[in-house]
Amino acid sequence: MRFALRRLAFFVVTLWACLTLNFMLPRMMPGSPITAMMAKYHGRVTPQALQAIENAFGVDTHASLVTQYVRYLGDMATGNFGISLTVTGEPVSQVIKSAIPWTLGLVGVTTVLAFVLGTLIGILGAWRRGGWLDGILPPVFVITSAIPFFWIAMMLILLFSSQFHLFPPAGAYADTLTPSLSWAFVSSVVRYAFLPACAILITSIGGWILTMRNTMVTVLAEDYIRMARAKGLSGPRIMFWYAARNAILPNLSGFAMSLGFVVSGAILVEYVFSYPGVGYMLLQAVQNEDYALMQALFLLITVAVLVAILLADIATALLDPRTRAAR
Amino acid sequence: MAATGLSTGPGQAGPGQLPGMAGPAGAAPGAWAGSAALGRLWRAVRSNRKAAVGAAILAVFCVLAAVPGLIAHDNPEADAYPRSLGPSAQHLLGTTAYGQDIFAQAVWGARETLIIALVSGVISTVLSAVMGIAAAYLGGLWDGGLNLITDILLVIPTFPLLIVLVAYLPNGGLVPLIAVLVITGYSYGARQLRAQALSMRDRDFLEAARVRGERRLYIVFVEIIPALTSLIVATFLGTAVYNVLAAAGLQFIGFGDPNSLSWGTMLYWAENNAALQTGQYLWAIVPGACIALLGAAFALLNYAFDEIGNPALRPVRKYRTRHDA
Amino acid sequence: MMPNGSRPPGTAHAGAGDGPVLAVHGLSVEYALAHGTVRAVDDVSFELEPGEFLGVVGESGCGKSTLLFAIAHLLVPPAAITAGEVIFRGTSIAGMTDRELAVVRWRGLSVVMQSAMNALNPVASVAAQFADAMKAHGVTSREEIADRSAEVLRMVGIDPVHLKSYPHQLSGGMRQRTMIAMALLFTPDLVIMDEPTSALDVVAQRSLMVQIKQLQQDLGFAIIFVTHDMSLVSHFSDRLIVMYAGQIAEYGATRDVFDHPLHPYSAGLLDAFPSITGPRLPLTGIPGRPPDLSRPLPGCAFAPRCPKVSTACEITAPPLYRVGGTQVRCLLHADGRAPDD
Repeated sequence: MRFALRRLAFFVVTLWACLTLNFMLPRMMPGSPITAMMAKYHGRVTPQALQAIENAFGVDTHASLVTQYVRYLGDMATGNFGISLTVTGEPVSQVIKSAIPWTLGLVGVTTVLAFVLGTLIGILGAWRRGGWLDGILPPVFVITSAIPFFWIAMMLILLFSSQFHLFPPAGAYADTLTPSLSWAFVSSVVRYAFLPACAILITSIGGWILTMRNTMVTVLAEDYIRMARAKGLSGPRIMFWYAARNAILPNLSGFAMSLGFVVSGAILVEYVFSYPGVGYMLLQAVQNEDYALMQALFLLITVAVLVAILLADIATALLDPRTRAAR
Repeated sequence: MAATGLSTGPGQAGPGQLPGMAGPAGAAPGAWAGSAALGRLWRAVRSNRKAAVGAAILAVFCVLAAVPGLIAHDNPEADAYPRSLGPSAQHLLGTTAYGQDIFAQAVWGARETLIIALVSGVISTVLSAVMGIAAAYLGGLWDGGLNLITDILLVIPTFPLLIVLVAYLPNGGLVPLIAVLVITGYSYGARQLRAQALSMRDRDFLEAARVRGERRLYIVFVEIIPALTSLIVATFLGTAVYNVLAAAGLQFIGFGDPNSLSWGTMLYWAENNAALQTGQYLWAIVPGACIALLGAAFALLNYAFDEIGNPALRPVRKYRTRHDA
Repeated sequence: MMPNGSRPPGTAHAGAGDGPVLAVHGLSVEYALAHGTVRAVDDVSFELEPGEFLGVVGESGCGKSTLLFAIAHLLVPPAAITAGEVIFRGTSIAGMTDRELAVVRWRGLSVVMQSAMNALNPVASVAAQFADAMKAHGVTSREEIADRSAEVLRMVGIDPVHLKSYPHQLSGGMRQRTMIAMALLFTPDLVIMDEPTSALDVVAQRSLMVQIKQLQQDLGFAIIFVTHDMSLVSHFSDRLIVMYAGQIAEYGATRDVFDHPLHPYSAGLLDAFPSITGPRLPLTGIPGRPPDLSRPLPGCAFAPRCPKVSTACEITAPPLYRVGGTQVRCLLHADGRAPDD
């Protein structure tokens, strides 16, 4: 219990740090991109929206820093992120909503898949030490995890799109279709998502496999594994209930930490495939100097990662009785 | 009489440690341990196949970066050649849509990429060491405070943060790029080093130094750091991989200076000219392959160091006997 | 045999006329390392009668733990049995696969390891670990499992309420007893113990030993007890093996080995333990260090450290000689006798 509370407190503190970072950055930078940005808003937004943007970026120099900060926090809490320049005139919160499902689908599903598959392969590789699987795993996956996400994406486009015309190179679904739950639409979505998903899967799975294998190898050398063999337990039982159950614990927190890494790669993959997710939108926002949208997206991504980490911590606490014990 | 007979197996990975890194290889007390450790490292690198491959690739790139003129005779920036040629005798890897020689660009591009990787790697490792070891050794509020900063930076997704930072500094060159890479990348290593330094805090040889009356700084520099050599090297290699990929990613999207010559910017221009769709494959393949190779070199070395530090991870020989089932 | 697989308490196991519980003939174990092979156990032979308490003593690195693991079929690569047989209740088990062996494991032969904190699964409760073993041997009734688990815990003096506990919640002594309780789930014929008391303080050590001896007398199982603490085991064991450099140095009845040690190494070990009663004598130890097994010497392995060494010792590797009821590997006892096979 104490453990969960501590993690929750950390979550809150980090969130606060990000909000403050978002607040301080525009006020710290050299040059005057903000004034240039403000000029773009003229005549296009309601006075309240203008006010919110001014709060967020400190344009209103009459109020003290503290007042601005408080107003800013209030805006953040109510979801008032300002008005987007990319989709001109639309409130940022609306704009973001359209992108979230795509990223959640692509990145979310692929990451979970990579974690599950990677962990299983890592377990098997460690279990059969000296086998062929254990021999090829380390070198192959060390190399794949060093390849840039976006290059893999480009190579996949090269092979399967330009050369063999199997999969489309851009977009989330065919232009001719409108979103619905029809089979035509869903299958189109899957088809368009296939290459990006492969790109993310290929590069991220290596990390899971290797860390799981390394942890398993350390665990397999422990006495309680030998004890389990001595008791006459079957191989699979030992592998899962004694070895994997212990080995996965440090991996769960590793999962959380590398989530940031996966998110980074996903942004680039979305860019290469012009996949209309959160990452792609972030890059567009930066290119359009749409700082309001950019900051909101940054916050969104950060919060998502923090929540995932919190969930992973809770899962660790549930699985490991040693952390549960309030000592 | 004899010792207690307790066998020392591969140690438990400490909190926050990379699974598999159970401890510095043969940590021994004293300043001379630094040179002894380096000697051991060199021997270990030579005998480990992965490390040898990684080191070889790295060496090749270092040569390219040091004397690019010797290897590629064409001026990489002159757009004097016919455009979009395929590979030929005069242009080993063809030319770009602007008439530049791809091979020359790749060779000259090694320099900037390598500089970014090494400089940010070194600074990042130093920062990790300072933050991690200081936190572990000073303890108390210092530990809590430094640790909190590190943990927060660890958890914030780095690439979005990089994008935001670089977006606010559009005219940045190498220096801001390296600065943001260091700030976002040092935290992982700091955590590792802190965990290891913590586990060493109560070791006997440190106690002996304290009792001798040595000053804290002395203990940190002369006793602790040499014992952590292999972990520090591993941290450097890990950050190097991260920096290479992150820098390439940023340049690919167009941050940093698009007119500079590095593999990331090559990819940027390739993408802008729809190289893949127009059949100019080599333009996209070559720089990406170089990045992947350099990253792989660092990653192989990093992995090899994991094996060196924890012998349990090394490849196992199956021992065939007449009783083998 | 009772439905839950155990024997009714007090009944004898393989009776006196059934032959030895365990017979080890010429067992050798080697480690295949990068720089060569190391023979950790060299040509060890002994027989264990039902209900016998056999102590195995030696310095760390002498191969006693390896010997145990070899007998219990728990070696992992790069270690492997390279010669000899292990015959348990008349069946040769050294060449069996894990699956074939599973039947015998725990029902006939169980193991207690050195550090219970490391030998118990940290994420499973005590009850779950007991149940594991029983389910693996066909006991499925939840009631039976619960009853037997409680029963064995009571046997070692632990309140069955601790079945719900996790290993880290128990004290060191309790953990060791839990391991012993687990080893007795099926009242096996043989329990192998690898330094089960080393991690405890002296008082806890003694009380645990007394309890083990009591259990042995009540349930009638044989014990192989490995330790570096010769004085501790000598109060409880029937016979004693002294190991050095992977070989048997001396093997005989405990009283004989204690009162009249034949091998200079055994004598040296005994001299290292001062007697609380009796005259004050200066402490003597055994100089030098344990041998490097990757570079075996041509002669006797103990020659570099032996106070009674002669030139013959450095050239000839002594075989085991029989002196009365004791076997000893020393040229001092070679005169006129034929080596004992």
